[in-house]
Amino acid sequence: MNDETPLLSVTGASHRYGERYGCRDVSFDLWPGEVLAVVGESGSGKSTLLGMLAQRLALDEGRIRYRTARQHGAGADGAAEELLDLSTLSEREVRRLWRTDWGFVHQNAADGLRMHVSAGGNVGEPLMANGWRHFGQIRAEAEEWLRRVEIPTDRMDDAPTLFSGGMRQRVQVARNLVFGPRLVFMDEPTSGLDVSVQARLLDLIRSLVSELGLAVVIVTHDLAVARLISHRTLVMKDGFVIESGLTDRVLDDPQAAYTQLLVSSILQG
Amino acid sequence: MSGPRIVYNEGYLDEQTKRVVRRALLKGVAIPGFQVPFASREVPMPRGWGTGGVQVTASIIGPDDTLKVIDQGADDTTNAVSIRAFFEKVAGAASTTRTDEATIIQTRHRIPETPLTDNQIMVYQVPIPEPLRFLEPRETETRRLHALEEYGLMYVKLYEDIARYGHIAKTYDYPVLVNNRYVMAPSPIPSFDNPKMHQSPALQLFGAGREKRIYAIPPYTDVESLGFDDYPFEPQRFEQPCEICESTEVYLDEVLIDDQGGVMFVCSDTDHCERTLTARELDQSNTDQSNTDQSSTDPITDHITDPLTEVNA
Repeated sequence: MNDETPLLSVTGASHRYGERYGCRDVSFDLWPGEVLAVVGESGSGKSTLLGMLAQRLALDEGRIRYRTARQHGAGADGAAEELLDLSTLSEREVRRLWRTDWGFVHQNAADGLRMHVSAGGNVGEPLMANGWRHFGQIRAEAEEWLRRVEIPTDRMDDAPTLFSGGMRQRVQVARNLVFGPRLVFMDEPTSGLDVSVQARLLDLIRSLVSELGLAVVIVTHDLAVARLISHRTLVMKDGFVIESGLTDRVLDDPQAAYTQLLVSSILQG
Repeated sequence: MSGPRIVYNEGYLDEQTKRVVRRALLKGVAIPGFQVPFASREVPMPRGWGTGGVQVTASIIGPDDTLKVIDQGADDTTNAVSIRAFFEKVAGAASTTRTDEATIIQTRHRIPETPLTDNQIMVYQVPIPEPLRFLEPRETETRRLHALEEYGLMYVKLYEDIARYGHIAKTYDYPVLVNNRYVMAPSPIPSFDNPKMHQSPALQLFGAGREKRIYAIPPYTDVESLGFDDYPFEPQRFEQPCEICESTEVYLDEVLIDDQGGVMFVCSDTDHCERTLTARELDQSNTDQSNTDQSSTDPITDHITDPLTEVNA
């Protein structure tokens, strides 16, 4: 492992919707353990960027490289990690990355969970996908993770349909962290929750992220969320990144006119 | 006056269709457990009554074959009788109810108790060939999961059973891993019969007419029922023997015998039951020469009290 290499490296990434660019010429590097917030108004291309990074939308220009070892080929196990262009990976390898390296927390928990499978089953599924075949161990691990996201153990066998919005979101977080990923994408994980629940979820995400040393790309329209958990911030407008830098710098001393507008439009209590 | 004579092609299906089905069968045998799509044709029975099995049988049967048809273990139910009569008519094949005399056994729900041999072919009627169907509704996605060998989802179902009931509650159509590669739905046979598929000397063919899929297990192939390390697969067990032939280690049906809630447990495999009973009676009459009372004709009806006689009495 080489700390001189970023975990994720994006250069000139663009995605087109027909003639129009959803997001254009985005470049950044993400390092292990770093939390990157992507902020901007709705329609600014934040979710398009995330979709592209997560391989859900096609990359029309530029390239995305991720630090990983080739699974097949020379010395598969001991192969050195290198930055690999995601477009060169086979579908099997990309899906392996989803099982072992990447998590994705959806805005709407129903998109990321099996709503009619118990919370324990939801959290245990990534483990079973990774080849765990011991029920007792799977259940113990799922229980441990549900405890960490503050779901009472006696609710473990209830389906998420019976849970509140905040609980569902926490189950989703547990499901995405249980297999020990290195990179987690989060798409507005706290919107749609009321303020006190939001605060608790953010607090939880922040402590888990620092504890596990995860790299996170979090998309949000809420500057307070960016301020609270991210190290660096990208500000997007009309598909372009108009400003980037340390979160405190961007929010305390915004350079771009739009960022100044965005920062000054926060309601002051 | 006789009606117009209809002459069917041998085996009912036309030769082109039989070739299509045979090609799918060959592919299925070459890739054990893999679901091969095929152009399912109309046969003179409604879909859901075994049209897949009938098409497979029609493609492999010839005048030299002897066909046995099992429906819920029995040879004498409507569907079994009419499928047997159908192939006697259109293929000129002989038919039998004896497992050991059959060369082709078309089945719904059971594998015979009598061990199969290497000159027999099992044909299963399959309603839902996709084992992941109720977990992942998208066919495009399930095919990808099979292709990439991602079977974590299958275990979610087993996990849920154990979490809820304390054991794996699925007792039929219990998923199996074929030849260490494909997870396969073995059609709705009881999990009791699952071990019989493992290293079976008979060729096993599966036809799903409505879903247009064919798959196969070649002879002597590993068939492993899924389970967890600490909750392994366990076939169903029965405590009591069959009440007619007194066989143990067989699959039993619960049969209502009166309107007072009386039940008896009997072999689901009628052929096995009859032969065991005959063998035992022969044994008895050999040892006990004086025993000539062989009044029993149908063992089940003997146990049923005729409501009319009760009323008349």
